[in-house]
Amino acid sequence: MSIAITSAIELHRVSRVYGSFAALRNVSLTVPAGASVVVVGENGAGKSTLLRLLAGLVSPSYGTVTLFGGAAREQVDRLAYMSHETMLYDELTGVENLRYFAALQGVRAERVEEALHSVGLDPAIPRRVGEYSQGMRQRASLARVLLTQPDLLLLDEPFSNLDVASARHMVELLQAYVAGRNGDGLPRTLLLTTHQHELARPLAEMTLTLQAGQVVSLEGAGVTH
Amino acid sequence: MNYFRCVMTHLRKDLQLEWRTKDAINGMLFFTLLVVVVFSLAFDPTAYPTIARQISGGLLWVALLFAAMTALNQSWAREVRNSVLDAQRLVAAPASALFVGKALANLIFVSAVEVVLAPVFAIFYNLHPLGQTWLLLLILPLGTWALVVNGTFFAALSLRTRSRELMLPLVLFPISMPALLGMIQATTNVLTGDLEPTLWIKVLFAYDVVFTTACVLLFDTILNTD
Repeated sequence: MSIAITSAIELHRVSRVYGSFAALRNVSLTVPAGASVVVVGENGAGKSTLLRLLAGLVSPSYGTVTLFGGAAREQVDRLAYMSHETMLYDELTGVENLRYFAALQGVRAERVEEALHSVGLDPAIPRRVGEYSQGMRQRASLARVLLTQPDLLLLDEPFSNLDVASARHMVELLQAYVAGRNGDGLPRTLLLTTHQHELARPLAEMTLTLQAGQVVSLEGAGVTH
Repeated sequence: MNYFRCVMTHLRKDLQLEWRTKDAINGMLFFTLLVVVVFSLAFDPTAYPTIARQISGGLLWVALLFAAMTALNQSWAREVRNSVLDAQRLVAAPASALFVGKALANLIFVSAVEVVLAPVFAIFYNLHPLGQTWLLLLILPLGTWALVVNGTFFAALSLRTRSRELMLPLVLFPISMPALLGMIQATTNVLTGDLEPTLWIKVLFAYDVVFTTACVLLFDTILNTD
């Protein structure tokens, strides 16, 4: 008998402690596959820690994190994470950076141009990432995470540094991606943190509010905590 | 993607980054040339050719060891900037391929410095090796690999420490002592022609095999430590 795995993310009583500071406290959460969750909260509420835990970049001090029924570290080929920083080499151009990551991940070369075009960047730009404007850096960073067409997208403050028009374009792009409208038609799971809740509203199928490392509210269907 | 292609992808990227910035090579070249000139003024090696032959091996390797420190720290600093290292951790490719690619890149950088340094060294110290000179073609790559393989590994290990520039030499020097002894003795034996350097070359080779294996096996743990 086979059991279908319907939840993309499962956190069971997860805490993450740095020294004497608890960045996350006893968080339990289940997010179904294909859901789109916006995480909000003040600075230091634990949003970034939550995303880094899900990406497998930090381990929980207590509790368990499960992605698609397995350990987070075992799902690296199914997820992509975008942080506050570009996670790109300043000395390489956008296309060179993406070609490098595409080669490592066995992604076909044409995907590089597709990913850059999808975020509104011209692959022919000869400038290095270090010479990009903040908005261009943000878009190049998004292009990197879209390269592999991951099942789970973890985006930390993707709209910061973007003007309103660019941010709206990014929201539309993410909406289409989550719904599976660009690519192979498969719905994807999205979890993003933001301070610009209004901007992210079209993506907020569910809204998770964190405060001092704890979940204080969860609005929307399908998600439990 | 197979392991070899992953290594080559990392190597190509590191060479490309260095080609654009020249941070590592310029720093190493400047430092080693400074050491060569300063010591040649301090010791006047042309007046004492025998002493020059006896100390040159040590001088050469110590200069390269100190110079390599700057390159080794620099090579990981690029990965830490913009949190690229986090992206590397999330790539579904063998972590050790990143290490091997970087160690090979560092080997190329230090070797490039040696190519410039060797003739300058020979001129300033008026060196005429009395042993089998061709053995230097074995000793130099083996010795350089011993420096860069451990240096690359321990530079990665000290990435998350607060004073990583200080931490690297503190950890690397003691562990490099057997290799350093092998490089210096083998080079001195070739220059003076007094003893056979074969034993020291074997020691260097064994050191390289043991530490390369250990570093490759342990790198995944180092990279993915919280």
